[in-house]
Amino acid sequence: MAVTAIPHPGEQAKFRTCTATGLKVDLAAERLIIANAVAAVVFLLIGGIAALLISLTRWQAIHLLSPVWFYRLVTAHGFDMLVAWIVFFEVAGLYFGGAIMLNARLVQPKLAWLAFVLMVVGAVLVNVVVLMGKADVMFTAYVPLKAHPLFYLGVILFAVGALVALLIFFATLVVAKVEGRYEGSLPLVVYGLAAAAIIATYTLLSGALSFVPAFFWSLGIIEYYNPAYYRNLFWSFGHPAQQINLAAMVAIWYGLAAITVGAVPLNEKLSRLAFILYILFINLGSAHHLLVDPGPGFAWKVTNTSYAMYLAVLGSLIHAFSIPAAVEVALRRRGHTRGLFEWLRRAPWREPGFSALVVSMFVFGWIGGVTGVTIGTEQINMLAHNTLRVPGHFHATVVGGTTLAFMGFTYYVIPLIFRREVKFKKLAIWQPYVYGLGMALVAVGFVAAGIQGVSRRHWDITFAQAPFQTPVPGTVYLALAVFGIGALIAIVGGIMYMVVVLASVFTGKRVEPKQTTLVVEPPPALGYLSEKEEHNPKLQPRGTWVLVVAFLMFFAAYYLSNWWLLGRLWVVR
Amino acid sequence: MIAPPRIWWRPLGRYERRWFIIAFVWCLFLTAMMPLWFFLGRQNVPVTTYRVDAATFQEKVTSFVEQYQVDTLNGIPVVEVPPGGEAYLQAKQWQWYPVLKLKKGETYRLHVSSLDVLHGFSIQPLNMNFMVVPGYDYVLTITPTTSGEYAIVCNEFCGIGHHIMIGKILVTE
Ligand code: HEM
Ligand SMILES: [Cu+2]
Repeated sequence: MAVTAIPHPGEQAKFRTCTATGLKVDLAAERLIIANAVAAVVFLLIGGIAALLISLTRWQAIHLLSPVWFYRLVTAHGFDMLVAWIVFFEVAGLYFGGAIMLNARLVQPKLAWLAFVLMVVGAVLVNVVVLMGKADVMFTAYVPLKAHPLFYLGVILFAVGALVALLIFFATLVVAKVEGRYEGSLPLVVYGLAAAAIIATYTLLSGALSFVPAFFWSLGIIEYYNPAYYRNLFWSFGHPAQQINLAAMVAIWYGLAAITVGAVPLNEKLSRLAFILYILFINLGSAHHLLVDPGPGFAWKVTNTSYAMYLAVLGSLIHAFSIPAAVEVALRRRGHTRGLFEWLRRAPWREPGFSALVVSMFVFGWIGGVTGVTIGTEQINMLAHNTLRVPGHFHATVVGGTTLAFMGFTYYVIPLIFRREVKFKKLAIWQPYVYGLGMALVAVGFVAAGIQGVSRRHWDITFAQAPFQTPVPGTVYLALAVFGIGALIAIVGGIMYMVVVLASVFTGKRVEPKQTTLVVEPPPALGYLSEKEEHNPKLQPRGTWVLVVAFLMFFAAYYLSNWWLLGRLWVVR
Repeated sequence: MIAPPRIWWRPLGRYERRWFIIAFVWCLFLTAMMPLWFFLGRQNVPVTTYRVDAATFQEKVTSFVEQYQVDTLNGIPVVEVPPGGEAYLQAKQWQWYPVLKLKKGETYRLHVSSLDVLHGFSIQPLNMNFMVVPGYDYVLTITPTTSGEYAIVCNEFCGIGHHIMIGKILVTE
């Protein structure tokens, strides 16, 4: 894990040497990582409380909140989770990858604090305005539904802060190179984070393009803001923002695989190519949200929704093989070579970073990826747009996938950066399973309800107060109950995470960690495969091969059955 | 996590190469499905769109209702559209107007627009969904292939009354 540190004469930053990894840790970067990570967890907590209340409302049998509070808290939940929690954590991750993993110093820590303050002020402003009932517009804030100007201002401040953080990250990479802090190419994890940061830059610029006019429009300075333009601009921010999460998550997957089983990518070329495919094509995804909008034509929609021939999907399929294969080969090198799956049986299932990796990959790929590509198909979108299939999809991706990967990663950040011992290790061992199971049920319940037409962001599927009613079949109630039970399990998983993190950070014993793993023995550092190992038949990723083929068959079955469903609709053109 | 060796562009392993090819072919198949369905399939996303301002659209709806109204349902006019004709449906907070009466197997040009904010046009339990954007007249060329009573649910959040916004389409044999 260590990159040899090269002493540099003009050293200003103060470093300590990590006792577990030998990395040189810039103390200023360390404090910033702590601040951003704590802010992330605080917003996860607020968003989680909202999640509990809105889930108990959508679970039709319970139907807890009033309509006003339901919509208000869906707005808060969307912002606090998707924007605040994720982005704060990603900023912490960027500082970690840019400075610490490269033995480098963070440039301009003062500016980084300014970025942090801007983000905090922005996020708090949004929350206050929303909770005061001045912005019941959902975090998407589609014009011409109007919120208080301070709502838009809050989002803008947050985005500006995040942009500054990105610039600091890029500058840190450049300075690290110039000062010769590391040798060779960038490590793959940092490479992935850099890909995420590049995507983030144009994403945030689109965000500014959509929100700045909305701010002036809400002040009355701009008279008219075309709602179709707003939607296009907003989703040029909103969708690529998910790809930042994707790239950051994949980077963390590679990191967790390295920490917990000592996995090295089998082929760096391929893994890096996959990140480049993300950078090049993923920004086209904003069209996913406009597939059944009036305006754009067929060619535009198809080119964009397919990321120009699904090349970004190809990127994900590459990682879907590369990461499990790297894990398999690492375990096979330790002698678990019998049959197809001995390595899986012998894997460190009690190590939370490992289980978080596996559960996160499973929920992300099998549920999130498959449902996402399917509903992002131009014609099939007619079956899915704005139904619960959409939240079903992204609770598998960004919640079951990204959030869980970030959670798993936190358990390693606590000893390495906070230098506290992780408390309640038993809870940490179980947490990824509980949270992952709950989120899988949430996603499956949502998708099942959505396939039956249940709308997202909707307070009452029975239309009790409306002029007409529509019969609700029992299977819809069943799907929503699966979701509701899953939500409660996931929230238990979320609370377990909170307890471990907060208890460790505030009351954990101060330590100078000796090893990177929490529960199991650290994996032996075997380094890259030698030529001979590469051709050793016992070290081939045959188990992974079986898994990915099964995955593809499942994918094809789900995808094709949706075309069949589509064929049963009324004829439309 | 370790820094890679300087030379990391090595050839792919056997399984990696195989997977890469299969994945790429799958992506090509996914891409091909959409144009194929566009030419061969019977359900395609409508593209006909006109710019329209709220007042003009409302006038069209009013004269459409005056011309073809046959009944009222819960205070909302029921309009029987002549087969093959133009139909108008107006969305505003929080009502679909009017109730449409169609014939199975006939083709209609259904104009949908909103007078205020975004709405979602969702025919249930059929489960067919489109966006309704103010300022745009979206023309759905539609042929009901099943008869019965269908609800039009609004499935884009449109304000605090969003969940009471429901309309009806009646399809007769
Ligand atoms: C225990 C965990 C969670 C539960 C039970 C949960 C539950 C829900 C529910 C019930 C909705 C409303 C669905 C609707 O009616 O349309 C929702 C929406 C949403 N959730 Fe979660 N959620 C959880 C965690 C998260 C996390 C961690 C994220 C992001 C990283 C997230 C992102 C979102 C977003 C973006 C929306 C859409 C809001 C909107 O439609 O405006 N959720 N969630
Ligand atoms: Cu609505």
